[in-house]
Amino acid sequence: MTADRAPPKVTALQWARSNLFGSIGDSILTIVAFVIFAWLVWVAFDWAILRATWFGESKEACTRGGACWAMITARWEQVVAGYYPQAQLWRVALAMVCLAVAVLPIVMRRLPAWAVLLAPAGVIAALALLSGARILPGVPTEYWGGIMLNVLVGLTGAIFALPIGVLLALGRRSELPVIKAFSIGFIELVRGVPLITLLFMSSVVLPLFLPSGMSLDKLMRALTVVTLFSSAYMAEVVRGGLQAVPKGQREAARALGFGGVRTTALVVLPQAIRISIPAIVNTFIGLFKDTSLLYVIALLEVTGVIRQALADFAWLGLENEGYVFVAVVFWIACFSMSRWSASLEKQSGARVKRPVEEPA
Amino acid sequence: MSAKKRPALGPPVIEFEGVHKWFGQTHVLKGVDLSVRDNEKVVVLGPSGSGKSTLVRCINGLEPYQEGKLKVTGVDVGADTPQATAARRKTGMVFQQFNLFPHLTVLENCTLAPMWVGRVPRKKAEDEAMAMLDRVHIAEHARKYPAQLSGGQQQRAAIARSLAMNPEIMLFDEPTSALDPEMVGEVLEVMTEMAYEGMTMMVISHEMSFAREVADRIVFMDEGEIVEIAPPKEFFSKPREERSREFLSRIL
Repeated sequence: MTADRAPPKVTALQWARSNLFGSIGDSILTIVAFVIFAWLVWVAFDWAILRATWFGESKEACTRGGACWAMITARWEQVVAGYYPQAQLWRVALAMVCLAVAVLPIVMRRLPAWAVLLAPAGVIAALALLSGARILPGVPTEYWGGIMLNVLVGLTGAIFALPIGVLLALGRRSELPVIKAFSIGFIELVRGVPLITLLFMSSVVLPLFLPSGMSLDKLMRALTVVTLFSSAYMAEVVRGGLQAVPKGQREAARALGFGGVRTTALVVLPQAIRISIPAIVNTFIGLFKDTSLLYVIALLEVTGVIRQALADFAWLGLENEGYVFVAVVFWIACFSMSRWSASLEKQSGARVKRPVEEPA
Repeated sequence: MSAKKRPALGPPVIEFEGVHKWFGQTHVLKGVDLSVRDNEKVVVLGPSGSGKSTLVRCINGLEPYQEGKLKVTGVDVGADTPQATAARRKTGMVFQQFNLFPHLTVLENCTLAPMWVGRVPRKKAEDEAMAMLDRVHIAEHARKYPAQLSGGQQQRAAIARSLAMNPEIMLFDEPTSALDPEMVGEVLEVMTEMAYEGMTMMVISHEMSFAREVADRIVFMDEGEIVEIAPPKEFFSKPREERSREFLSRIL
């Protein structure tokens, strides 16, 4: 038998020679691309860090020629929490803790089944804490804002859109004509209208469906609209996953004596959701970015706070800093979600992929 | 092996009486009459599209039929009654593509139905499942996921999963057709052991050696009807029907 030997080693120099400087054309491209890249990084670094001014009362303080981050630091409370009363900011901090707990069952594996209830419980606790729930001093939602509002709306939307989306997806595949028609109607109606239109409409149309005399808070209306909007997208994502589960799975479950509901809940749905993870997180990312639209119905999320700051005479003309900051906030959040999705895929992939041949 | 003593045949547990089935306009079962007795092993043969798979899938309700009568353990399974559901649960089925649940370990595959359908407590379900996995010789793979096992191991796990529900009748739909040749033997061996332990079995298979050794009767189907029913010796050496002879000449 021929003995195994290790594959030939490739040194960094060999790699660079064959991949970066394989020919004269390659070498020129490599050098040009590298120079452009280095220049861009340097310009950004120089502007955003080296010559930046970090603190100050107005743009007059920014004399070093770089970014004027003083606008952000001077208004950090608004950036984080909007016009939430300063003395009550601890409630914002505590609400964020509640939201973190709400996320636990989504990001952590190997939690007991009841942990799923932490998600809605955390969101409701955060909402109660922020509003006061008649126990703490009430803070009307007009004062809520900043990054907190983006996170609150984004997370609430995500946590409620997933189960609603699953129900709509199942409804769309249902054999009961009324449920099927309702699901298709809802999904196609909501998917066919831009979110911004729905948000504007929410102030006019939604109250029509409420009993007379009952009025819904603006933020609650926005939350409802955002949740329903993403649940329509979620439904289509989950439907794709449901269709990807082989028919044999359902048959095997039926042959073992499972009825329709348990077949779906124990066999089909867990696989469908696992298949859909990348698309589900993609919807979450879209949802989080869409929270910047709340600004159009005068809810002061982070974009709105920055736009207000830009209208302030003290910070006039600092659009670059303002929008770069907003972009970075969204990018950090969305990129983390994307990484999280990749790790989830890896975990579930480990179960599906077959490891290298092992002795039986 | 065939010298081993087998339990005697009991009363009929599967009874087809003039069963007809259509897929849309296609007539796939054309008045099937067949009775399988307790402890009996029946191997169903036939060219593809002959309706043998449909026949077996009617027994546990995977396929509805439109006409005729089908009784399992004496209960009419055509109606949607609790008794019919209970009768269907006395059957277990093994599929060509295994159909193990990929998101669960082998052990979890075997405990899911006992725990959720049979209401067996987890500990007891796990002990029983381990006993079944031992019976099909893959107890050491209990904590692995199906994708980590070879085809033969997966099919044996699927057999253990069915056995965990303590079926009285086992249905096999081409259990070795999707396997690499070197893995066919280990699955047939498990099935043969099961046969000698007295399980009622209805097997669709083209494994002639298995049919010869294990079957009490061969049922030959073609174009939706049963053409010939005979003991294996008779069927393979001097088939009565022309269509049987044609089929045998093509596969042997």
